[in-house]
Amino acid sequence: MTVPTDDAAFTSDELMEVNAARALADATTCFVGIGLPSTAANLARATVNPGLVLIYESGTIGSKPTRLPLSIGDGELAETADTVVSVPEMFNYWLQGGRIDVGFLGAAQVDRYANVNTTAVDRGPGRPEGRLPGAGGAPEIAANCGRVLLVLRHSRRNFVQRLDFVTTLGHGGGPEDRARLGLPGAGPAAVITDLGVLRPDPATAELVLTALHPGATVDRVRAATGWDVPVSDALGTTAPPTPQELAALRALKAAGEDV
Amino acid sequence: MADIRSLHHAVADLVRDGDTVAMEGFTHLIPYAAAHEVIRQGITDLTLVRMTPDVIYDQLIGAGLVRRLVFSWGGNPGVGSLHRFRDAVENGWPRPLELDEHSHAGMANRYVAGASRLPFAVLRGYRGSDLPARTDTVSTVVCPFTGEELAAVAALNPDVTVIHAQRADREGNVQLWGLTGVQKEAALAARRVLVTVEEIVERLEPRPGGVVLPTWVIDAVCVVPGGAHPSYAAGYSVRDNAFYQAWDPIARDRETFTRWLDENVRGAGAGVR
Repeated sequence: MTVPTDDAAFTSDELMEVNAARALADATTCFVGIGLPSTAANLARATVNPGLVLIYESGTIGSKPTRLPLSIGDGELAETADTVVSVPEMFNYWLQGGRIDVGFLGAAQVDRYANVNTTAVDRGPGRPEGRLPGAGGAPEIAANCGRVLLVLRHSRRNFVQRLDFVTTLGHGGGPEDRARLGLPGAGPAAVITDLGVLRPDPATAELVLTALHPGATVDRVRAATGWDVPVSDALGTTAPPTPQELAALRALKAAGEDV
Repeated sequence: MADIRSLHHAVADLVRDGDTVAMEGFTHLIPYAAAHEVIRQGITDLTLVRMTPDVIYDQLIGAGLVRRLVFSWGGNPGVGSLHRFRDAVENGWPRPLELDEHSHAGMANRYVAGASRLPFAVLRGYRGSDLPARTDTVSTVVCPFTGEELAAVAALNPDVTVIHAQRADREGNVQLWGLTGVQKEAALAARRVLVTVEEIVERLEPRPGGVVLPTWVIDAVCVVPGGAHPSYAAGYSVRDNAFYQAWDPIARDRETFTRWLDENVRGAGAGVR
């Protein structure tokens, strides 16, 4: 979905993608989920972080695609990689071994502690649950990477009071939960949406709206969030996309469509 | 030792009703042609195993041949849902589908344990996830050296593993490269192994980083050029992304799907090799 913002120079999706890429400015290595995270990570390589090492769960380390891959197994990811390893090696040595900075994930449902559901949704009494794709690499990516970024569109369907299923732990139910479970990484550091950016409060681990994208409002965020989301006293506004960022993003997408 | 034989005879011999079958390939080298032969022969009541069930498992499930799915992520990569998979889980069409659901790390380690002929594998996984509550193949074990509690996942030992590879030689030694996924582990974990290949060569040129499965761990090799389409075989063919996108509307509707299957897989003359 590409909803034009007021001045129609860029879409709300583009705001989300550009801001997600900016969140990788200081990363060394990124374990990349397909879809929006992959868009963000490839845009980061084209803009704020040319040296970023992209790692895909299909086994590629250091992929340098010139277009957006349709899938994590796209041939270009393997052909442009520094190396290709087996899937057991990827998960055991590189991920569980604690060698990856940032895990970048999408989500179907997220709650106030940035826990994630990608498994199944409750469709109401007497009806079978609705199927989602499943866990994939996410539980261990979120557990073992140094920190986690989430990117997804903002709606009440996605930002829910209570997850129907916890596929992947974010901050559990508070700041102590990750340590109690012995999860090595720091967990979700930001949730980037088409309306703004939410970050966990260090004291409570609960997500707080810390920045709005140009054109978005607190009321729109509240209307699209299934709980009473706190707003930071220092609420900021993200910088609009630069012409270079927009050009790079559109070039990546256009190249992908030619395939 | 691997026999080099026709796909029809290899599938008829090695894949049986009620088997646990792994058709692996991490978006690359997916054994579509072999799976289509399973559909043509109507081999049924299967437990299908794969980390990333995608379009070919959607077809097997929609054909009504699958009783149970062991997996970690089921979708049409980059496109969306698997509609036949969802219809089976949500509505029991054309038959109910049992699930044994894991994370990728768990599945990868289940194959490693299977290939190692160990009863289980350990990993620092599943913590904080609801997944263990849904399956009896994840438990915990305490490290005898440090006291740390770790996840234990049961070994996977398929009755038969089916993979596609680039090449074999006349003795039935198989070579594959590119994204090698979890194919080596899935093959070594299995009781029987069927490999389709792009071509037979006189001599296997060494490939840096490639995988060789020697003939003595394989039962049958079948020459099936293009046998991974619409996935791809690095060095031979590229991924048919348009097919994955076209699959979405085909699979959404039961009748459209059934007609597609009849015309393209089960129909007279379809896929005879």
